[in-house]
Amino acid sequence: MIRFEHVTITYPEADAPTLVDVSFEVPEGELCLVVGVTGSGKSTLLRAVNGLVPRFSGGVLAGSVVIDGKSTADLPPRDLADVVGVVGQDPAAGFVTDYVEDELAYAMENLGVAPEVMRRRVEDILDLLGLHEIRYRPLASLSGGQQQRVAIGAVLTAGPRVLVLDEPTSALDPAAAEEVLAALTRLVHDLGITVLIAEHRLERVVQYADRIVMVPGDGRPVIVGTPAEVFGQSSVAPPVVELGRLAGWSPLPLSVRDARRLAGPLRERLAEVELSAFRRTPRVVGEVVAITDGLQASYGPVTALRGIELQFRAGEVVALMGRNGAGKSTLLNHLVGLREPASGTVRVMGAEPHRLSAHDVVRVAGLVPQDSGVLLYHDTVAAECSASDRDAGLTAGTTRSVLDQIVPDIKATAHPRDLSEGQRLGLALSIVLASEPPLLLLDEPTRGLDYGAKQRLVAVLSQLAVKGHAVVIATHDVEVVAAVADRCVVLAEGEVVSDGPARDVVIHSPVFAPQVAKVLAPLPLLTVHEVELALASVGDLPFS
Amino acid sequence: MTAPRLLHPGAWWLWAVALAACALRTTNPVLLCLIIAVTGWVVVSRRTDVPWSRSFASFLRLGLIVIAVRLVFQILFGVRVPGTTLFSIPEVTLPSWAAGVSLGGPVTIESLMAAFYQGLRLATVLACFGAATSLCSPYRMLRALPTVLYEAGVAVTVAFTFAPQAIVASRQVREARRLRGRSDRGFRAWSASALPVLEGALDRAVALAASMDSRGYGRRGGASVSQRRRSVGLVLVGLVAIAIGSYGLLDPGAPTMFRIPALALGVVALVGSLAASGRSAERTRYRPDPWVKPEWIVSLAGLIALASFVLAGRMGDALTPSTNPLEVPAVPIVAVVGLLVATLPAWFAPTPPTLATLSTPMAVAA
Repeated sequence: MIRFEHVTITYPEADAPTLVDVSFEVPEGELCLVVGVTGSGKSTLLRAVNGLVPRFSGGVLAGSVVIDGKSTADLPPRDLADVVGVVGQDPAAGFVTDYVEDELAYAMENLGVAPEVMRRRVEDILDLLGLHEIRYRPLASLSGGQQQRVAIGAVLTAGPRVLVLDEPTSALDPAAAEEVLAALTRLVHDLGITVLIAEHRLERVVQYADRIVMVPGDGRPVIVGTPAEVFGQSSVAPPVVELGRLAGWSPLPLSVRDARRLAGPLRERLAEVELSAFRRTPRVVGEVVAITDGLQASYGPVTALRGIELQFRAGEVVALMGRNGAGKSTLLNHLVGLREPASGTVRVMGAEPHRLSAHDVVRVAGLVPQDSGVLLYHDTVAAECSASDRDAGLTAGTTRSVLDQIVPDIKATAHPRDLSEGQRLGLALSIVLASEPPLLLLDEPTRGLDYGAKQRLVAVLSQLAVKGHAVVIATHDVEVVAAVADRCVVLAEGEVVSDGPARDVVIHSPVFAPQVAKVLAPLPLLTVHEVELALASVGDLPFS
Repeated sequence: MTAPRLLHPGAWWLWAVALAACALRTTNPVLLCLIIAVTGWVVVSRRTDVPWSRSFASFLRLGLIVIAVRLVFQILFGVRVPGTTLFSIPEVTLPSWAAGVSLGGPVTIESLMAAFYQGLRLATVLACFGAATSLCSPYRMLRALPTVLYEAGVAVTVAFTFAPQAIVASRQVREARRLRGRSDRGFRAWSASALPVLEGALDRAVALAASMDSRGYGRRGGASVSQRRRSVGLVLVGLVAIAIGSYGLLDPGAPTMFRIPALALGVVALVGSLAASGRSAERTRYRPDPWVKPEWIVSLAGLIALASFVLAGRMGDALTPSTNPLEVPAVPIVAVVGLLVATLPAWFAPTPPTLATLSTPMAVAA
């Protein structure tokens, strides 16, 4: 169905090709997962499927991409619309209309589908993806998961045989991600649609995949095979696979269910160990840095926060969790003074952030926004760093030295847009950190990061907490919460529904529990690393 | 009163373009302010809930900047008009090759008023464009465009969505500046964020064009390459002719050939391209917007206002008040009546559906 033959893609003004000599084939009716570290060229590969690369990106594509017998060299993306549906990373950026129904019908209008057929197909898709309740709503009012499902529906109405999705669940909370993935597996199984999907959070999708295309980056050849084959030799793997490797299970488990069935002996062994010694010790917590008192916020007629009472202390890492639209970002915006409370107060280091000037607010609170790239608008990394020193009135070189601690080896002459996702986040983080705000806020920092980059981020955040920063991360990534958070606050509908030690909050939640906790329940271990320590203490590591 | 629904985008754009055409026919500050008031009133009464419906205020601010720039240019480089001198700035004698350009010198109230009138006229045109964007999402206009314009695909998308995207991008850049500890007020902040805003808006517009393309916008369908080339050529000819024709209509001094004949040629070429590509029937509409009584009222209201301005011009009424000698502008009654008619949409256009009238409550945008 999808055939890549010796495809090499070089972007204009790039030193080296992004993809080198890629050849693989995806047969009809398979769900194929594209994995790889950030910046390895996954998005490029996906966008080449219908010819958006190179037609919209510039650059040169050598070799051929053939979809359902049609070559992208002969046909522009618009003429492939009835064969391939492409859903980009940010569904909202691709919306062409303002309302759900119009969006669903758009592709069919372009294809000239008869009005009666159109009406019927829209109804079918509304049912298939569970969108009937929101059919008349403006797209701007939808939550992230709903937007993603509408974006999928909008390409499905054209009746494509191939669906291409770039990180469809990266912005979604665990429940919404399940919703989208369930819809996708239904399409594969019931309609025989071929799906090509890129995803960093393998723990969410790997159990549904028939085939994996591993893009290692740096021009090395792609690896194609079944999940078990690929993860046997890959450094990128979800926690459940890593646990399987640690315990020496064969075949490697891909889902919590598989692992749970194999984990009986491991659980028995671990039950004999005194586990409390191997859990991450809670950090020493200092004075209160920020406090909200009866904080209310609203967007027009809609209340976003209802009486939030929270305290954040120096030296703790707090995870802010909850559904898309629960009010996490709104809370962060209030803490950094981007918005004025409708009622109630926010105090950071004794001051109300929205009353401080921009110059003063960065000294008490810093926010790395969801799309960290918006903070960067100079030509080179060096210019970003010196501008940051100037803005905050720091001695020259401060930002650069912070950057070197977080992500070493970034070229000073590189353009911020050319950096990988993780490097860009590191740069934005060091700009915010340069003026050493006691309160550091991060909105979805792990979006688009691979496991390696996430581990580095976790290490950086732990260091910052030790240095006495209060760190607040709004995230959907339960694995990162398990690895770094001391405290976990769950928001729902603008209210705090639970606030307590991260371990207690996540371990008892069917939605928020990390994979290792689900496999080993009722044992209170959250990460592979903790399991490793526990086993090592009794000299019981199967393979080391 | 009709049930809440969205008006046909063509009606709003026709109304707004007619008002903009009115503005271009006059420099009378009273009439120009009236036009801005009319657009403002209708926008406040009938705008929708989508993000860009707040863009009218941004367009008004842009208008103020345009007036200010026009005045500064007049003070620095403007042609020296004799009259009452307000103040003088040092004059620079330019070399002979720069004859006709003056730098510095006495600044008269007459020259300033003339510059102000012209700036205000441009600001009024911007207000009309802002009203159209606020009243009707540019997305809906894109969908309603005649098929012939598809050949211009990406360019059309970028042209229609650039301004609203820039407004979204500018908010993002303003927040980012604050997060970096830079002042978000003042001229320096404004000028430093211009480039990132333009970049961001262009990125968004191109991403949108890519999304539209991959969903079949501007499909070739069954047309052959030569059919397609012919049709693209005709579209180009048609667009250029229409551009010349509309310019001729707006500028009373243009030769007659550049008016109706150019417009007619343009329309013929566009219709021809439709036939050449042979795919007028290949596009269908899902629940097409009806064109019924409210649409007629809105578009006629705009056209009547335009007609009243043409009439006022013919009657020798003061559409262009003299600035040398400076006089208090007269108020042409015919044009004012025309503008009153143009406010009718504030009552006769259907109210747009709001979130409150939709079945389920709105999810909070995080």
